[in-house]
Amino acid sequence: MNYIFDGTYNGFLCCVFEYFEYKDTDVQLQVEGDNATQTTLFGLSKNIITDLAKAKRVQTGLQKRLEKSVAMDFFRVFLSEDRKAWAASFSIICQIFSGKTNILQNYGDEEVLYFKQTLKKVSRERHRMKAFIRFSKSSDGLFFAIAEPDFNVLPLITTFFKNRYTDQKWLIYDVKRKYGLLYDKQTVMEVKLSPEEKYALTADAIITLDEEDEHFQNLWKRYYRSTNIEARRNMKLHLQYVPKRYWKYLVEKQI
Amino acid sequence: MERIEEKLKILADAAKYDVSCSSSGSKRKNTGGIGDASASGICHTYTEDGRCVSLLKILLTNHCIYDCAFCVSRKSNDVKRAAFTVEEVVELTMNFYRRNYIEGLFLSSGIFKNADFTMERLMRIVKKLRLEEKYNGYIHLKTIPGACEELIKEAGLYVDRMSINLEMPTEAGLKMVAPEKDHESVKKPLAFVQNQIQEYKAESKLIKHTPQFVPAGQSTQMVIGATPETDLEIMNVAKTFYNDYKLKRVYYSGYIPINTENSLLPQVGSRPPLVRENRLYQTDWLLRFYDFNLDEILNPKHQQLDLDIDPKLSWALRNPHYFPVDINTADYKQIIRIPGMGRQSAMKIIQSRKFGRLCEYQVKKMGIAFNRARHFMRCADTPIILGSPSMEYVKQTILQRNSNKYLKETSSAQLTLF
Repeated sequence: MNYIFDGTYNGFLCCVFEYFEYKDTDVQLQVEGDNATQTTLFGLSKNIITDLAKAKRVQTGLQKRLEKSVAMDFFRVFLSEDRKAWAASFSIICQIFSGKTNILQNYGDEEVLYFKQTLKKVSRERHRMKAFIRFSKSSDGLFFAIAEPDFNVLPLITTFFKNRYTDQKWLIYDVKRKYGLLYDKQTVMEVKLSPEEKYALTADAIITLDEEDEHFQNLWKRYYRSTNIEARRNMKLHLQYVPKRYWKYLVEKQI
Repeated sequence: MERIEEKLKILADAAKYDVSCSSSGSKRKNTGGIGDASASGICHTYTEDGRCVSLLKILLTNHCIYDCAFCVSRKSNDVKRAAFTVEEVVELTMNFYRRNYIEGLFLSSGIFKNADFTMERLMRIVKKLRLEEKYNGYIHLKTIPGACEELIKEAGLYVDRMSINLEMPTEAGLKMVAPEKDHESVKKPLAFVQNQIQEYKAESKLIKHTPQFVPAGQSTQMVIGATPETDLEIMNVAKTFYNDYKLKRVYYSGYIPINTENSLLPQVGSRPPLVRENRLYQTDWLLRFYDFNLDEILNPKHQQLDLDIDPKLSWALRNPHYFPVDINTADYKQIIRIPGMGRQSAMKIIQSRKFGRLCEYQVKKMGIAFNRARHFMRCADTPIILGSPSMEYVKQTILQRNSNKYLKETSSAQLTLF
C-alpha cells in the first residue's frame, strides 16, 4: 500500500497513525509531487491527510517509549530529506510501537544502521552551519547570512544563534529551501522572501552593507592567511574539513 | 597596507606556533549581553595546513625581553615588531565574533618590561571585553610566568582557559635553547591556578552563586623535535603534568625550523616532524581514553614510537597472547584494545550483540578500520584457523593494504636524497 503524504514531519507521523489504524501491509511512503515512478504493482495508494492532533499523539507516544532526546532523533533524521532514511524511520517507529522499544540499539540491523548514519550526517551538517555561517552587517544594523546546507538544518540551529547573538538583529537564509530565520532581538521567526528581496540577498544591490563591513572582512582574510603555517601545508586534510561546496559563503575563502 | 592590517599580520604570524585552538570545556552563558561558550567547542574554519581556526589567536605584542632560540619573537631575531592597543584587540574580537568568524579570543604576548606589566595589560583587554562589551564568548589567556598571584587570580575570574607552555619537554632541553627559562616557573603558576580551581569548586558546593574560575581548565604545550628527548621522556612528562595539575590538554607541537643561527636546532628547510607529532597524540589518547598504561606503550626497551604504524597496533603486535578478542563475549575494555577499533564502535558492538551474535559483515559497517582490526578479533562467522600467523606477517599484510600516508611521506623524502 502506498501512503501519499505532504512531505512534512507531521504528515510523516500521520502515516504512522494510519498504519496502526488500518493495519495495511507492505506500506511504502510517497510524497505528493515526487516523481510517481514508485507506484506499486497493483497501484494501491492512499492520500494521508496531515492532522496535527494525530501527529501529536504519535510524537507523544514516542516520547513515552523513548527518552525525549531520542524521540527527537526521528525529527532530525526527517530533516535529511532522504527518502531511504524516511522509509527506515517509518519501519523503526512501527517496530517501536509494536513493543521493540530498544531496537535503536541494534546496529547490526540494516535499517537501524542507516537511520543512525543519517542522524550523524544531519548533526554534522547542523554543527557545520554553527561554524560556517558568516554574517555581513547591513547599513541598518542587520547581520545577515546566506547558506545552502546539505540538509534542512535551520530548525536545529535556531536556539544556538538566538542564545548567542541576543543583542543584534540577524537573518539566516537557506537559498536551497527558500526560507530563512529572522531574529528581531525578541523572537525568531520563519520568513519567506519576496522575489525582489531574494534578489537583494544575492546581489548586493538592495541591501547596502555597513561601510565598515568590508574592512572587517579584509581583516579576517588577512588573519586567515597569516595564521596558516606553510611548512605544514596539508590540502587533503583542509578539504576534508572545509569541502569546496561550502567555500561560496565563507569570507576567508574568497580571494 | 593599513596599519591595523599590518599589525594583525605580524601578531597573528607570531602567535600561530601556539597550537592550542580549543574552544571547548566552558559553559559560560549569555547573561544579557552577547555570546556564550559552546561546551563542545566549534571550529569556525580550517587553514590550508589542516589546522582548525576557532579563536582569534594573537599576541598583544611581539616585543620580548627574552631570547629563546626556538621562538620566532626572540629578542635577537630580525623581525618586524608591533603592538596592539587594548582598544584594537577589543574591536577586532567583537567584530569578528558578531560576524560568527570566531568562538573567541586567544591572547598571548611577548614579555615587555616585566611579567606583571605584561599580565596587567592582558587583563585590561579581558576586563574591557567582559565588563564593557558584555562579551560572554570564549577567552583563552596565557598565564605569564612570574606574574604576581593577585593578577593571575583576578584573570581566572574572567577567562575560560589559562595555559603556560613548558616549551621543551625536559629542563635540560629547555636550558639548551632558552638558558633564561626553567620548568619551575611554569609549574608554580600551574599549581596555583589548579589550587584556585579546586577551592572555587569546593566553595560552589556550599554557596550557590560562586563565580566561575577558569571553567575550561588549563593546558600546556611542548615543542617536539627541537631538542633530543625520546618519546618515552616526552610522554612521561605529559603523564606527570596530567596527574599533578589535572591539565585538560597537553599539546605536542612539531618544531618548525625558524632559526638560521643556532646550530643545535634543526635547520631551516628541514621537514617538521609531523608523523611523530601524530603518534604522540595517539599515545596521549590511548592513555587518557583507552585505559592504557604508559609502560605498555613506551618503556626502557621501546623508547621511541614506531612511525610506520600507530601505537595501539604496535602494542598489539608485541602482545599477540592478548588476541584474538571475541567481540561477541569480550568486555568493553578488551574490545577497545583491538587495533582499528574506536570507542564508539566498541559501544555499538556492546549494544548490538544483545540482539544476536554479530558477524563480520555487520561489524565492518559500524565504522571500524577493518583492515587492521580483522587480524585481532573474532566475529560469529570468523573461520577458525589452526595456529596463529606470525606478527611480522600481520604487520606486512596491514601495511600492504593500507595506502599509508606516512610511509609515502618518508619514502618520498628518502628518495629525493639520491
